[in-house]
This record gives sequence, structure tokens and C-alpha cells, in this order.
Amino acid sequence: MTLRTTSGGDGKLDHYVSGEPFDPYSVESMTSEQERYYMASQWQMMWWKFCRHRLAVISGAILAVFYFSILISEFLAPYHLHSRDAQHIFAPPQSLHLFHKGEFVGPFVYGLDYRLNMENLKREYTPNPDKVQPIRFFCSGDSYKFWGLFEASAHLFCPAEGGTLYLLGTDRLGRDMLSRIVYGTRISLTVGLIGISISFLLGLFFGGVSGYFGGWWDTLTQRLIEIIRSFPELPLWMALSAALPVTWSPTLIYFGITVILGLIDWTGLARAVRGKILSLREEDFATAAQLMGASSSRIIGRHLMPSFMSHLIASATLSIPSMILGETALSFLGLGLRPPITSWGVLLNEAQNINVVALYPWLMLPVVPVIIVVLTLNFFGDGLRDAADPYR
Amino acid sequence: MFTYFIHRVLIMIPTLLAISVLIFIIIQLPPGDYLSNQILELKSQGDTAALAKAEFLRHQYGLDRPLIEQYAIWLGVWSGPNGFSGLLQGDLGYSFEFDLPVTEVVGDRLLLSFIVSFATIIFTWVVSFPIGVYSATHQYSIGDHSLTFLGFIGLATPNFLLALVLIYFANITFGTSIGGLMDPQYLDQPWSWGKFVSVLEHLWIPVIVIGTSGTAGMIRRLRANLLDELQKQYVVTGRAKGLPPLRLLIKYPLRVSLNPFISDIGNLLPQVISGAAIVSVVLSLPTTGPMLVHALQSQDQYLAGSFLMFLSFLTVIGMFLSDVALAGLDPRIRLGEQAVR
Repeated sequence: MTLRTTSGGDGKLDHYVSGEPFDPYSVESMTSEQERYYMASQWQMMWWKFCRHRLAVISGAILAVFYFSILISEFLAPYHLHSRDAQHIFAPPQSLHLFHKGEFVGPFVYGLDYRLNMENLKREYTPNPDKVQPIRFFCSGDSYKFWGLFEASAHLFCPAEGGTLYLLGTDRLGRDMLSRIVYGTRISLTVGLIGISISFLLGLFFGGVSGYFGGWWDTLTQRLIEIIRSFPELPLWMALSAALPVTWSPTLIYFGITVILGLIDWTGLARAVRGKILSLREEDFATAAQLMGASSSRIIGRHLMPSFMSHLIASATLSIPSMILGETALSFLGLGLRPPITSWGVLLNEAQNINVVALYPWLMLPVVPVIIVVLTLNFFGDGLRDAADPYR
Repeated sequence: MFTYFIHRVLIMIPTLLAISVLIFIIIQLPPGDYLSNQILELKSQGDTAALAKAEFLRHQYGLDRPLIEQYAIWLGVWSGPNGFSGLLQGDLGYSFEFDLPVTEVVGDRLLLSFIVSFATIIFTWVVSFPIGVYSATHQYSIGDHSLTFLGFIGLATPNFLLALVLIYFANITFGTSIGGLMDPQYLDQPWSWGKFVSVLEHLWIPVIVIGTSGTAGMIRRLRANLLDELQKQYVVTGRAKGLPPLRLLIKYPLRVSLNPFISDIGNLLPQVISGAAIVSVVLSLPTTGPMLVHALQSQDQYLAGSFLMFLSFLTVIGMFLSDVALAGLDPRIRLGEQAVR
């Protein structure tokens, strides 16, 4: 651009001025896409990032199904938890068919013929192709107390009138394994949840105090954590649950076990909290809050905690599996929950000896949901952990 | 290094003390004790001779004294009925159920427990090292994915069930006798070559079973560590200068990422011991696990307490060794420790 004076000679520079209205922010303007991204809240960013982790999303969906099922276990299970069938003890799983002699019948099973083999006293069941037993849906079957509150007898599906429906076989009392597994989900999954809540609170408290105040609080907590961590976990769980009074009701035992699981598990969380607080407390916003006279609890709770809450939730998710496995192991040994409370571990307790593997392998089936839940929780937790820091 | 060593030893003492207190509290938690339960039972049967013996034992082992005194006697810092004779003097107490000193009841079990744990750790190392390195150097390959998946399955399967299934198939395919750590004819025999071989034949099942979850964890950590290292500048430099890939890998990044192998003994040991406890119940191994479960159930307090103490002692020693080894290998750690102080 060249500069020259106007012919008028009044000293003004001659330059072009646009008459259009001028928007001073036009340089910073963003596309709506960008705007959506930059204006998104932290939680929204996490959600987007989480959605990109395909495996975690699938795992989350599976977990949601499992956790939803514990709300309506009674409805989903074809039989009642305790209904026995003396005619069908150790019956093998009945397989589901759709076609009978090339004809479509809908889902049905073949009835079982029972014979006691007198040579080795083995119960032998053979499916009888003449007994076609179609499955009924949305039907009335064994009556139960829904949530222990009111009587009902509706089931999602039940056996044909006078027929049987043991999709996963029966146990030594002729109880349907599938129904028991469905009921067991309720206990096994909540053990993990309650346990983790306890350990979460403990971890938050001890980690927070030790990280924020430092000094001898810190030393004390660190020593405590070191001591607890140097215990082998399972023997300690065993010792503590053996200490639960025999006179307690099964429900109390259930809470006792969850508390025990939570009491020992918090150390990892406490360490994570401490580490985070140690680094965050040096940040400017923490100092600012302190200078403005905020109390310690307000600084921890209002300023520091939200910054690492997402991390905590992720690592808490990752430690639920160990609790579920812990409960399973304890109940398997007979030191954890006891019947009539039914968890996957209690069910596996019946699969304790080698005969089961050889003769009644279906008694080991409760391990399948254990594996699925533990795996999905691991993937889900991994996804959460990646999403916990969306700005990276 | 020497000061670090001393420091670490000194820390171990209060840790062990605190652990012993905790263990004592835990085994005292259930109401009553083995003998008072026994006495109640004998009273109802009217067996006076046995009753007198039980009362005598109760006095003998100081169970009628206050708890703090009992603890001090158990530890060996207070003069008990037999003078100073407790853990510190190597006296593990008396098992009421077996009517024998704990040392005799336990016998080989502690040794076998130790052997199983040791073998498991070796197994974990031997398996996870090549797999971890392979997964990291072949990231996202089919091999990596399938090994990772296998690792996850190992992590998620309750190992007692794995034990059952494995031993069943071992019995069918190899004819290994079910349960135990040796063939029946070697039980209660002095150690011989045949017994040793028999133990080796049986050892692999518990070792695999106990080792799976630890191995899976170790693979994941080694893979992550090595992946971090592989992306660093010095690796790129080395590669640009034309170092052969294998030599480059072994010479630098692998060494740096080896830390978890050492530092994890501390974490691995509690895990291994936990796993061993439950797996040995299933496999009826003559290790500490089954006896511990039983002792806990029957409130045989000195037996249970000594077992727990032994297991914790093993863990603490393991952590100590791993810390010292790590400090020896990695100057950052021992210097860091001093810088904090």
C-alpha cells in the first residue's frame, strides 16, 4: 500500500475506510462444530471421549443389563430360588430347539427320561423326542415375593405345564441352576458395589487427610497403608470373616462380608487421592482459595476433589472385580456368605470337588457370569480411566 | 546405599510388630477360645479327666490371663508359663486341636508353601517376560491382541475353578494323581530323588493356577512400560544410527522397563500367597492354606496366628528384598528417598 496526501492538503492521510459495520471478534469466530467442542462441559467431554472407546461402551452396556437384571431377578428366573424337583436331581442342561421333525414349533425343549443306572448308581437322563415341551412366555409359574414385599407369580418365561425347563441343569437338590444364577447376580453384584462404596469413603478420607495436612498425619497413614498392604489379602479376609459371629443372620453376614471387603481394599484409592492432592494443592487456584479464607474442608471438597473425582471413579471401578472375585473365593471356601443367601460363590461352593468336573460339569456354570462381569468391569474401567482426562 | 539398607531394616521392625498386634486382635475377635469352647462341650458330657486336662492347658497357655498379657506371651516379651518363649524365641505356640506344638503340626508345610510361592514367582517371570516384550514390540498385531485377551481371561477366572479343571485334565491325560503335592507313596517319607521328581510332577498345576493372574498383570505392566520407552528420543536416535533392532531393544529400553519385575515382588507375594491359600484347599496341597482355613474355623488360635504371622513375614521380607534390589539397580530410587528426607 502506498501512502500519499490528499489533494485537499489538510494533512489527512488518504485511505480507504469501509462503511460496513465491523465485528471485532470475527477473527475468533468458530464454526458451530468447534463451538460445541470448546463450550462443552468437562463431563460432556468425558462422555465423548468415553464413547470413542468401543470396547468400553459395549462392556458398559453389558454391565447395565446385568445391573438392571438384579432389579427384576424374580421375574427373569423361570423357577423360584428354592424350588426343588426331587424327580430331576443333577439333571443335565436341556437344550433349546426351534424345529420338531422339520416343523417350526417355536422355542421348546424335549422332556427328560430318567433312569438309575444300577451298575454305577449314576442318574442318567435322556431327552425324549416325543415329549415336546414348548416354553411359555409372560406366564405364571412359581410364586415369589417380589423384593420380599408382595406376592406375585409372573415370569418372563416358564416351562410347559407339567414339563421341565432346566436350561443350565439342576443341582443336588434338583434346583434350577439358571434361576439360581439369576438370583445370585443380585448378591454378587451388590457385594462389589457396597464394598467399593465403603472403600471409596475410607480412601477419600484417609488419602485426603494425609495428602492435604501432610506432616505426621501423612506418616501415620502411610505406615498404616504399608502394613495393610503387606498382609496377604485373602488370608486376612478369611480370618476376618471367620471372626463374624456364627449367630448372625445370613443378611447380617452379608453386610459383614461387604464391610470386610471394603475395609481392606481402600489403601490403593487412598494412595491415589493422596498423590493427586499433593500435586493439586500447589496449584494457583488452591492457593487463591486459601488466601480468600476458605476452610480446609471447603478447599478439599469444593476445589480439589472435583479435579480428581473422575480419576477416582475410574480406579474404583477397576477395583470392583477384585471384590467380586474375593467374595466368590470366600463363599467358595465356605467362609463367606452362606445359604440361603445365594451368590455365585455360594453356587460354586457345590462345585468344590473333582467329581463335579467329571460328572456334573454344569455346576461350574456360575463361573461364566463371574468371568463376564469381571472382564467387562475391567474394560469399562479402562475406558473410564482414559476418559477421565478428556483434555489430553 | 548402606544407609538406605539400614533405614529399610529399621522400618521393618515396627511394621512386623504392628502386624503381629493386628493378627492377635483378629484371631481374638471371635468370642471365646478353642479351649473354653472345648470345656463347655466337655462339661455337657461330664468328662472330668479331659476337662481337667483342658483346664490345665488353659492355665498352661495363659488363656485365663488378660489379653495384653496373652499377646506379650505369644510374642515372647513377657514371661509366660514356660518362661520367655514366644515368636521371638521361635516358639510358635501350641495347637489345641492337634494336641501338638505348632512347629510339629506345621512341619513341612511352611517349606512346601515357600517352594510353591517361589516356583510361582519364577513361573510368572519366565512367562510374562517374553510375552510382555513380544506384545510391546508387536503392538496391535494379532499376536498382541490374542495374548492380551488371554491375559484378561487369566485375570478374570477364579483360580480355584481353573485348578479343578486343570487337575481333572492332568489326571486324564498324564495320569497325575489327584490332589496333593506328591504321589501318595512318598507321603511322610524322607526326601529322596523320587520324591523330588514326584513333587515336580505335581507342582506345575498349582504353579500355573496361582501364577495366571499375576502373570497377566505383569504382562500388562511390562508392555505399558516398554511401549513408553520405545517412543522416546534415544530409541529413535539409536535406530537412526543404524543399531540392529534386537541389540537396540536389549541394550536400552528393555533395561529401563525391567523395574516392574523387581519392584513387583512386593506386590506379587501377597497375591501369590492369597492365591496359594485357596488353590491349595481345592487341590488339597499339604501347604499352609487348608490348615489355615481349618484353624480359623475352629479357633485354634496359635496355629492360625502363627500361620498368618508366617505369611505376613514372608511378604514383608519379600517387599524388603525387592526394595533393596531395586535401590541397588536404580540409583534414582535411593537418591529420591534421600532427597525427600
